[in-house]
Amino acid sequence: MRHLWLTAFTDILESVRAKWFLVYTVVFGGLVALLLVFGITESRIMGFSGLSRLLLTYIQLSMAILPVFVLISTVRSLAGDREAGVFEYLLSLPIGLAAWYWGKLLGRFLVVFLPVLLAMGAGVAWGALRGAEVPWQLLAYYSGLLMSLAWCFLGIGMLISTLARSSDVAQGGAFVLWLILLLFLDLILLGVMIREALPPSVAVGFALANPLQVFRTASMMLFDPQLVLLGPTAYVILDNFGQAGYILYALTYPLAIGTFCAAIGYALFRRSDLP
Amino acid sequence: MIRFEKVIKRFGRQQVLKGIDLTIERGHRVALVGSNGAGKTTLIRCLLGEYICAGRVSVNGLDPRQHRSEVLIRVGFVPQLPPPLKMPVGQLMRFAADVCQADMGRMVDVAARLGLTLEGFRHQPFVKLSGGQKQKLLIAIALGRDSELLVLDEPAANLDPDARHVFFSLLAEKQGTAAMLVSSHRLDEVAPLVNRVVELDQGRVALDDHVADLVDLDSRLRCSVRLLRPEPAFARAIADWGFSSDDGLRWQGLVAGPDRLRFLGVLSRYAALLAHISMDEEGARDRLQEAANG
Repeated sequence: MRHLWLTAFTDILESVRAKWFLVYTVVFGGLVALLLVFGITESRIMGFSGLSRLLLTYIQLSMAILPVFVLISTVRSLAGDREAGVFEYLLSLPIGLAAWYWGKLLGRFLVVFLPVLLAMGAGVAWGALRGAEVPWQLLAYYSGLLMSLAWCFLGIGMLISTLARSSDVAQGGAFVLWLILLLFLDLILLGVMIREALPPSVAVGFALANPLQVFRTASMMLFDPQLVLLGPTAYVILDNFGQAGYILYALTYPLAIGTFCAAIGYALFRRSDLP
Repeated sequence: MIRFEKVIKRFGRQQVLKGIDLTIERGHRVALVGSNGAGKTTLIRCLLGEYICAGRVSVNGLDPRQHRSEVLIRVGFVPQLPPPLKMPVGQLMRFAADVCQADMGRMVDVAARLGLTLEGFRHQPFVKLSGGQKQKLLIAIALGRDSELLVLDEPAANLDPDARHVFFSLLAEKQGTAAMLVSSHRLDEVAPLVNRVVELDQGRVALDDHVADLVDLDSRLRCSVRLLRPEPAFARAIADWGFSSDDGLRWQGLVAGPDRLRFLGVLSRYAALLAHISMDEEGARDRLQEAANG
């Protein structure tokens, strides 16, 4: 266990000095700053204003940026480290492979999740200082969703890094996967599938399997409880899950996907060449 | 201590190691030589348990892949290319000391002997150090603990002459208690350090020979060189070895015993300029006298 924490701590130290982390932090910090500067807390959409509106916008933007950032930065730095000889040296030290792999995952998770959380927290704190009411429930819910999404794509990123032997292939694979998930967001491909007379249950199945879509639907749910924006799909979701059930699903399903991918990645990692 | 039995390693269709059989005992100092692509790095990675291979690799009877911690805690490894780690030097040493259950103070002491005082670099990212400083730090981590097997890949390539001498002395201290595997693509770089040479060629052992073991690893040679005329290029080359001269004609300095071949290699480039060379091993006369007395 000590080696796991040591590896996590070492990975955090490595990451915070990396350029990708600087860009990552600037993007999310800048996002919140921009939302505040442009007075998003003052605007009103669908009855939402103040900090709730800020959180809604932030979460929608995070959905677009967070997965691709987590995927690309994870595979690039891990596969890059392997190519540059970091694995060769650090794995010549007597550290267990499980402690190394899961420690890296843990360290990386803190590094990708904390800036997003802190940026959101900073935005809320700034709004609260200016007298806005803090939507604690929404804040906790969105923190959970973001955590779940970050873990999901981190697990996928770890699997891709294990499978790909070069950083170019890993980056390419990560980008293609992100594009596919993006393509399966309901509005584009799913619409075409239904038009081509595919059973709606298949389309709904795709929507429920795609962590991006799950996140999107779950983030809509609080300001659109009937999921009017989703159209008929909403009936399937609400009939089968109910609102509380779907929120639970949205929080746990991406976590399960991330853990499953990371576990496959670990099984492959311990059976393959390390550097 | 180390046993390779019919070790085969493939990358796709290419067979890089083709049935290596090799045994290395404690006290053996083995030069692993061969041209690029001969399989040296692959063999080392199999030994460190980093590569999966066919056949059997064992260190003290243990498989380095199955018993990573037990095997690697006794192995000091210095890679040819330092890893581009961004973590601070102090953190790297603490990490290495923690996972190796070693005393970081010993590593710091070895680094200081090599001319790298930690105080000046503790908070500096490892990747920002110079090539020589990185090498010294990795050597300090490998030698500043109770390693029974030293795996060194071109270890002294970036070291200055003084640091090389200290490095050779450190190896001399480990001589009786550890086995050493020193990899290089040039035998003359490592020949004086070793008592056995294993040459790999296209994944096979092409040569496995024991060599004369007369050079004291921690010995020093007091050298003087006289030239026929001053020569700026020679002055630059010999200044790198720490030699000094008042007139540009007579040069004096110290050369680490195991470095004599490298030093003569440098001199050979200026053979037409040389009027006189002398090399006296420090303390050699005393030892000869002692031997003569009885």
